[in-house]
Amino acid sequence: MGNLSSVASALATLGARAESSADPVRLARAGALILPGVGAFAEAMERLNSLRLVDVLERRVRQDKVPLLGICLGMQLLGRDSTEGGLHQGLGWIDAPVVRIPADAKIRVPHIGWNEVSWTAPSALNQQLEQNGHFYFNHSYCMQAPADVVTATTDVGVPIVSAVQKDNIWGVQFHPEKSQNNGRRLLRNFLNALPDAADEMRPAC
Amino acid sequence: MLKQRIVGVLLVREGIVVQSLGFERYLPVGKPAIAVEHLNRWGIDEIVILDISDDGARNFGIEKIVADVAPYCMVPLAAGGGIRTIDQIRDVIKSGADRVVLNTAVADNPKLITQGADRFGAQAIIAAIDAKPRAGGGYAAFVDGGRRAIKLTPAELAKDAEKHGAGEILIQAIHRDGAKSGYDLDLVAEISKAVSVPIVVLGGVGAPVHFAAAARFPGVYGLAAGNYLHYTEHTATVAKAALQANGVVMRHDAYADYRDFAFSDDGRLAKRNDAELEDMFFVHYVDEVI
Repeated sequence: MGNLSSVASALATLGARAESSADPVRLARAGALILPGVGAFAEAMERLNSLRLVDVLERRVRQDKVPLLGICLGMQLLGRDSTEGGLHQGLGWIDAPVVRIPADAKIRVPHIGWNEVSWTAPSALNQQLEQNGHFYFNHSYCMQAPADVVTATTDVGVPIVSAVQKDNIWGVQFHPEKSQNNGRRLLRNFLNALPDAADEMRPAC
Repeated sequence: MLKQRIVGVLLVREGIVVQSLGFERYLPVGKPAIAVEHLNRWGIDEIVILDISDDGARNFGIEKIVADVAPYCMVPLAAGGGIRTIDQIRDVIKSGADRVVLNTAVADNPKLITQGADRFGAQAIIAAIDAKPRAGGGYAAFVDGGRRAIKLTPAELAKDAEKHGAGEILIQAIHRDGAKSGYDLDLVAEISKAVSVPIVVLGGVGAPVHFAAAARFPGVYGLAAGNYLHYTEHTATVAKAALQANGVVMRHDAYADYRDFAFSDDGRLAKRNDAELEDMFFVHYVDEVI
């Protein structure tokens, strides 16, 4: 769904082979996975369920430890649940709720536009990226992630979590595929962080 | 902090990017993909591409245009023009747009906003409202490419769109289209008060100073221009430097940066004095390979 083609063309400019697929067999063979998403939480989870992708993703990511990058909604789906349009369960790989951007934020919601990303922990994703570099955000909900998985935050009047990492699972709330050079640097870093065997990229759903 | 955005609006008529004057006359500019590529390099923050072909002259949908330009677009892309159904919204997003722009449907079928927001999230739906002053004062809202006035005022229509789930309002002053006299700030003020979602303003920019005038209204998160960006190089990044000089914090990530330049009264780059030019030397900036 959503920004698949943008992610694929950004990866193509970096020389990676990406393929979008909803086929469990293909996903089972991918060397790395990207879970992008422009969409609503409930709709996306329903899609993953109805396409029977949850099991194969679970096995590949949790058991085989294949690297996965969740982008925007894709990051939120990693969480336990979301309050977008009622309470809906997520993949639960990161034990964190996804909630609406807090009311004490000093911006109008949705949070749309270019904002700074402050890296708070070392991450494979921020190599050669300046601290507080600009990335494009476009969302109304954010993850309340536990401190040990947070790798970056962004200021909207209050800090919100803009990147997480837990073992082989990465998530970014912003859109690297739409963040010009900073975004391409980040995607390159993701590609560089992959084990050698994983030179073949296949985004999911 | 969240930065103010310069939004480049590309109007496409029958496959060609045009400049538009008062929603009536059009000047050809060139191919959409090339316009997108240039705006990208010149530091634009977002691109909105609108198919403004007459309904009868639409040979293909906006999704085809989006598919053509998306590979060149490394900034967010919103697209609209003739979108009436949820399937069209899906197709446009699938072709590579991050967000869709609705105009006629906002007035005629606001349920489409809700459908789109439920499926793709509120942040993916922009309600575009075209407005013109009414004879007796106030403003009238228009749909169908500015040809049909509706009963609601722009502020009422914006409120209604927000209620139905629109994530952003794009307010355009028809009477300023191509006028180069600046945004209609009264109209901006009205919409700014009416809604609590972010607003993008469009119509009338003829010089970088015009951007700053609208930036001070609460809720204005995007400063859009169409005609102004064509025929001159580096317009977006020059405008950003002028805005920054006016205290508006912008993103400066383009390879050219005009922040240490002076500006003339109309907001154009001022010529440097001879002594300064003497002191300058050439620097070779190598393109970074990512």
